[in-house]
Formats: sequence, C-alpha cells, structure tokens
Amino acid sequence: MHRPTRRRPGRGLLARSTPWLFLAVPLALLVTFTYTPVFSMLFYSLTSWDGFSPQKEFVGQANYTELFTRPDLFQVFFVSLFYLASGAVQMVLALYFATVLSFHVRFRNFFKGVLFFPYLVNGVAIGFVFLYFFQPGGTLDSVLGLFGARGDHLWLGDPQLVNWSLASVSLWRYLGLNFVLFLGAIQSVPGEIYEAAELDGANRWHQVRHIVLPGIRPVVSLSAILVVSGSLSAFEIPYIMTGGANGSTTFVIQTVKLAFQFNKVGLASAAAVVLLAVVLLTTWIQRVLVPDEGVELV
Amino acid sequence: MTTHVPRGFGARSAVAAKYLSLVAASTATLLPLAVVLMAALKTEPESAAGGPLTPPHDWFNLRNFEVAFSQGHLLRAFGNTAFILAFSVTGTVLIGSMTAYAIDRFRFPFRRLTISLFLLASLVPGVTTQVATFQIINSFGMFNSRWSAIALYTGTDIVSIVIFLQFMRAIPVSLDEAARIDGASPLRIYRTVILPLLKPAIATVVIVKGVVVYNDFYVPFLYMPSPELGVVSTSLYSFKGPYGAHWEIICAGAVLVIVPTLVVFLFLQRFIYNGFTRGATK
Repeated sequence: MHRPTRRRPGRGLLARSTPWLFLAVPLALLVTFTYTPVFSMLFYSLTSWDGFSPQKEFVGQANYTELFTRPDLFQVFFVSLFYLASGAVQMVLALYFATVLSFHVRFRNFFKGVLFFPYLVNGVAIGFVFLYFFQPGGTLDSVLGLFGARGDHLWLGDPQLVNWSLASVSLWRYLGLNFVLFLGAIQSVPGEIYEAAELDGANRWHQVRHIVLPGIRPVVSLSAILVVSGSLSAFEIPYIMTGGANGSTTFVIQTVKLAFQFNKVGLASAAAVVLLAVVLLTTWIQRVLVPDEGVELV
Repeated sequence: MTTHVPRGFGARSAVAAKYLSLVAASTATLLPLAVVLMAALKTEPESAAGGPLTPPHDWFNLRNFEVAFSQGHLLRAFGNTAFILAFSVTGTVLIGSMTAYAIDRFRFPFRRLTISLFLLASLVPGVTTQVATFQIINSFGMFNSRWSAIALYTGTDIVSIVIFLQFMRAIPVSLDEAARIDGASPLRIYRTVILPLLKPAIATVVIVKGVVVYNDFYVPFLYMPSPELGVVSTSLYSFKGPYGAHWEIICAGAVLVIVPTLVVFLFLQRFIYNGFTRGATK
C-alpha cells in the first residue's frame, strides 16, 4: 500500500509527500465545508441552540420528537409529493421528447434549444416570469380564456392550487436538463442497432422498448435520484414566488426560516439531518435496485 | 440517425402527432418568456390597461430597461457576479484537476480512503448542511463578503472533482512517464502535460459551474445580504419590494438577466449540451 505501483519508488520524504501537496487544499476544503457541517449539524440537532449564545444546552431527541409530532412542521413532506409528481411527469416527457428528437425531425436543433433553454435561466427571473404568468387575469387566465374557460384564478393564492402551480414551474425549468441527459444517452447507442432492428421488423415502439430504454438505464436512474433529491430540496421557486405562503412551504424554506429567522438552530438542524437521511436513503435504495454495472468510479 | 420514410395514413398521422407535440411543448416553453418581453416594452398605463397577450404599441420602447438597469443597480450586480464567477470557476478547475492528478497518478497510503471521502461527499446535497455551514463561514469572518460565496462554490463542488477523475483516467500514463524521464517535476507534469490534456473536462466544468454560479440565489441570499454585494439573482430579487406592482419594470429586469444567458447559449450551444451530458453521466 505504501509503495508506489505505477511509478518508480519515491526517493525520500519530498517524493512521498507529493500527492499530499496536491491534495492539501482540496482535502482542507472537503473537511471544512462538507464533513464538519455534517457532524456539527448532528451535534446541533441534539441541542436547543439559538445560533449565537455561547452555551448549547443538550436536549437529546427532543427536536426530533417535535419535528415528527407537530403537524405544521411535518406537512412540508407532503408538499414534496407535488414536486415528486411533477418530477415523474418531467421524466416521462423528457424521455418522449428525447426519443422523438433522436430521429429525423425538421427544425430539430430549434426544438432542442427551446426545450433545454429554461434550464439555463436564472431562478429569480423564472420566479418573476411565472409570478406574471399566474397573476389573476394574467397570461394563463388569458390563454385559458381563448379556449373558452373564462374567469380569474388565484393560481398562487389558493391553497388547493398553489403547489400544483409551483410544481409545474419546476417541470418547466428542469424538463430540459433531463431531456438533454436522455438525448445524450440515446445517441450513444450505436445507430446500426436500430437499423438491424428495423430489418428484423421492429417498429418504433419495439425499438424504444428494447433498445433505447435498456441502453440508457444508468442515466434514467441518475435522473430519478436527481428528481427525488430535487423534490425534497425545492427552495428557489416557491421561496421567490410565494415565500412559502398558502401552504407552499417546502422543507428547505422551513429549515431556513427556523434557523435564520426564528433562531432555532437546534430544531432546524434536526430537520436538516432528517432531510439528509432521506436523500442518502433514497440514493442507497436506488443503488441496490439499479446497480451501476460497468460504471466503476475510480 | 435512421431516416424514417412515412408510409400510409397511420404513419402520416403519427408524424403529425409528433410535430403537434413538439409545437405544443415549444409554445408552453416560450409563451411565459414572450409575454414578459412584451410587458417589458409597454408603458405603465399600457400595462395597466391591456391584457398580457396584447402586444406593446412601441416595440422599441426601452424606457423600462433603463430604469431597471440604473435604479436596480444591475451594473453592480453583473460586476459582483463576474468577480465571484471568475474566482469560483478558476478555483473549481484547480481543485478538481489537482485532486484528480494526485489520486489517479500516485499510489500512497490512505489513497482509497481519500477517494471514498470525495465520493461519499458527492451524495450530500449542499442545501441540507447549510445551517451548520453558516456557522463555519461566520466563524471565519466571511459572512457578508464575496469570499463566502467563492469559498462555498469552490469548496463544496465535489461533482467537478468526480468529472475530472473520470477524464483523468483516459489520459495515458505513458505521457507523464515520458515527461518524468525527461526530468520534469510533478508540478511541471501537472502544468504542462496534464492540464492541457484535461481541456475537454475543463470546458465541461467551466460551463456547468458557470451556469450554477450565475443563476444561484440561495448562497448569495443567505451569506451576502448587504445590498452592495448584490449579485444578479439577489439584485433582481430586490425588485420585488420597490417595484411591487410595476410589472413593466420587474419584467424588464428579468429580461436583462436572461439576455446574457440567451446570447451565451446561442453562441456555445453545442458545447453546452455536451457539457451537461458529460457532467452528469461521466
């Protein structure tokens, strides 16, 4: 282990410490900004700390109990379900458009560009664009009016509608990313396979079912992880558009408010630990269900 | 890929359905942006009177852009963003490539452990640890300075390290061995052999990172609340208060923030697609 295998054996201390000279800064940053926060967060979550007082009183699992027993705190998990649903729709649509645009289509690059562009747009700008879009009597109501459905709706003010509206903004924003990932994966499947399949009498659906889907499985499972962790950590769009009003508070909005407005760092840390645990658990389950065959990281 | 020749009625209606779905999706994508552009070109009484779908009287009315740009301090915002962008992107490239070089080209004690530490960290989403990260930034005295954002963007981007590791493996070891035999030091090999060969990875990381930094709201909003430090996102966000009902100004601000992205996208389209596909799958 301590002997270099690819290179000639190092001569002396300087040679042996070379990799560490390159790794010093990256490792320092890694420990400072990833591992220290994870561990100190675990510790804060067991205290009733307010974020600035010198003493941190140990309260055990009290924060966790509060989190799981107060319905108003717990309901943010249900809000994630809206984003999860929109994420599922997003994946299906992205897969559809990626398949369609992999084959010959007129104005292919135009459609590609249009579908992908929203992903590159600034989140605050998107928030404003859709605040304007969802105004009562605004764009959406006017467009619906053209189709005969008159009337103004409180798309963002009605607790029944607000999460659907916000989750559809996420759909608009992230569809393009999934689309481009799928498109790249589909295009890495060699074209001859399709030609061979066509000669064997396979129609487009057969090709999608038996060539495209198995060929891009790793990317589909990657984007499933992104969808799950994205729906749990939804923040920008709902925060900018509603500030969490009318029942649109997400997990991250709540954590930020608890920690930075109400100075409940202990409780906020417990919430963050739960979020982290859920994300890690999903990733792990996904790894078990869909192992990355052949994708060895290092 | 394959050219599909439509035959018969079924095939023709399938083609029609395909184009219909593409046009519908494009409309749904472009309509919200188009109405905002129209709103930005309207005068105040005009935007109060007409619906959002009525086009502006004067397509060259740039008044709102002037107001948004000067009163919204967008020049300062672009400056702050550029500053943070330059340092974060450079830092990310250096950190990622150095890590990849050390891990892939050297065998040393705790190498496996080091790799696992980086890989494991890539599973931790930044938003989840923010409460504790805030305390660290605060204890360094970086709160309310541009260095907080730079440190966070540079120090928490494990994904770029993983991208660099993937690319690094594709560079033949014989190249740096040759340089080594010629007497080059490891630092020199890194600078003159490895970095130039990592160009595709650097392009990928610059693009992916650039998009993230330009668009991020969370980090500057939490760590740089002072108005002088406003970046593009937070400066635009602050339009919400003073221009509350002045949609023509808010829309003009949004357009001003989107336009640079659009220009870069149109010029670098192909590289941007590649960047994202590689960034996520490699």
